[in-house]
Amino acid sequence: MITKRIIPCLDVRNGRVVKGVNFEGLSDVARPVDLAKRYSDSGADELVFYDITASAEGRALFTDALREVASQIFIPLTVGGGIRTLADFERVLACGADKVSVNSGAIAHPEIIGEAARRYGSQCVVLSVDAKRVDGRYHVFARGGREDTGMDALLWIRRGIDSGAGEIVLNSIDTDGVKRGFDLEMLAAVCDFAQVPVIASGGAGCIGDFVELFRAVPKVDAGLAASIFHFGEVEIPVLKAALAQEGINVRRI
Amino acid sequence: MIAIIDYGVGNLFSLQSSLRMIGEDAVVTADPETIRRAERLILPGVGAFGDAREKLSRTGLDALVCEQAGRGKPLMGICLGMQMLFERSFEFGEHAGLGLIPGDVVDMTPLIGPGLKVPHIGWNALQIKTPAHPLLAGVREGDCVYFVHSFCATRCDASVIATAEYGAPLTAAVACGNVIGCQFHPEKSGAVGLDILRAFCAIGG
Repeated sequence: MITKRIIPCLDVRNGRVVKGVNFEGLSDVARPVDLAKRYSDSGADELVFYDITASAEGRALFTDALREVASQIFIPLTVGGGIRTLADFERVLACGADKVSVNSGAIAHPEIIGEAARRYGSQCVVLSVDAKRVDGRYHVFARGGREDTGMDALLWIRRGIDSGAGEIVLNSIDTDGVKRGFDLEMLAAVCDFAQVPVIASGGAGCIGDFVELFRAVPKVDAGLAASIFHFGEVEIPVLKAALAQEGINVRRI
Repeated sequence: MIAIIDYGVGNLFSLQSSLRMIGEDAVVTADPETIRRAERLILPGVGAFGDAREKLSRTGLDALVCEQAGRGKPLMGICLGMQMLFERSFEFGEHAGLGLIPGDVVDMTPLIGPGLKVPHIGWNALQIKTPAHPLLAGVREGDCVYFVHSFCATRCDASVIATAEYGAPLTAAVACGNVIGCQFHPEKSGAVGLDILRAFCAIGG
């Protein structure tokens, strides 16, 4: 059966990884290709590169870095950040991305989901959603979690899947950065109806949080995290071994 | 030299990069002369069968690929490229395949039963049916490879060399003489995938 995926996420600005990274034996911890190789060799099932650059020059540096990663790392690569048009899809797919994730761009122009799915296939289109509890409902937030759109997150996700999104990344703003576990309640609500893979994001602080995620929400497909991998708080081979020990089906290398 | 057949379907960047990584000279080409000169061929493909099949015949490359395979040149189809090696596909209608391997391509939904998501997407373990096949020389039972597909090959028992369990044993790799197919993406399957590409490159023409 399909294994549960572990996905490190890297924030990239001007072609360099920005978030704190703490790896021994890496001469340059900011080069995406070095980190990608490190993660791929340690058993990451997929990598997400998030471009937080605002300028055209920075974007060009990003695609250069992406091309370098894609020419040396042979696991699925997802790219997000600033994706608004089909031209943005084209730009990163041509550099070796396998999937493209849309967030604020889809909130502003929801038709991008269907257009991209028709042109590149649903498997290529990831809808990334930042959601937070507001008055007993889940609201979709835009612009990196800064702006409450007032939209109901469950309805938005349903609409995204109906339009052709092939995968959902659900980032809970409530648990993000707190490191006390994934937002199991919110994830269960989405997995209840989603017929496409759901990736949990936000809140992982230790190995136990991943075990709890896959136990409590059996339909969730993957766990995504950033800082705990970058700082070496959780080593992927140790995490995979622990999950396997708990009877959770993971890919071992 | 390996010719990756370019007929306007899909992104061939990773495939070419992965072959370069294992030290092979791989070109992405639609040029008949280059394809004739190549020591081995790879037929890639993503998207819908009918559309891809139409593009392959519009360029005349379908006949050339069959002719080259008929002369014993090693040919590997990947994902939709594998599905095209079979006789027929029932993806949105009925389409004729290249007919290089006996079998049909059908929607997996009724085969796998309820409760499983389609497409079959992610890392799944290979179950080896023909351990002696050279393509799988470096592969261990249970090694995972990366799949993305909604349709699968059936009625092809004689050529199946590996399957993947997903509600049913889905056809994962096939071989019929010099014609080989992988439903999964070796170029996205980490070290195991590179081993499979290496093994294909070692199969004699």
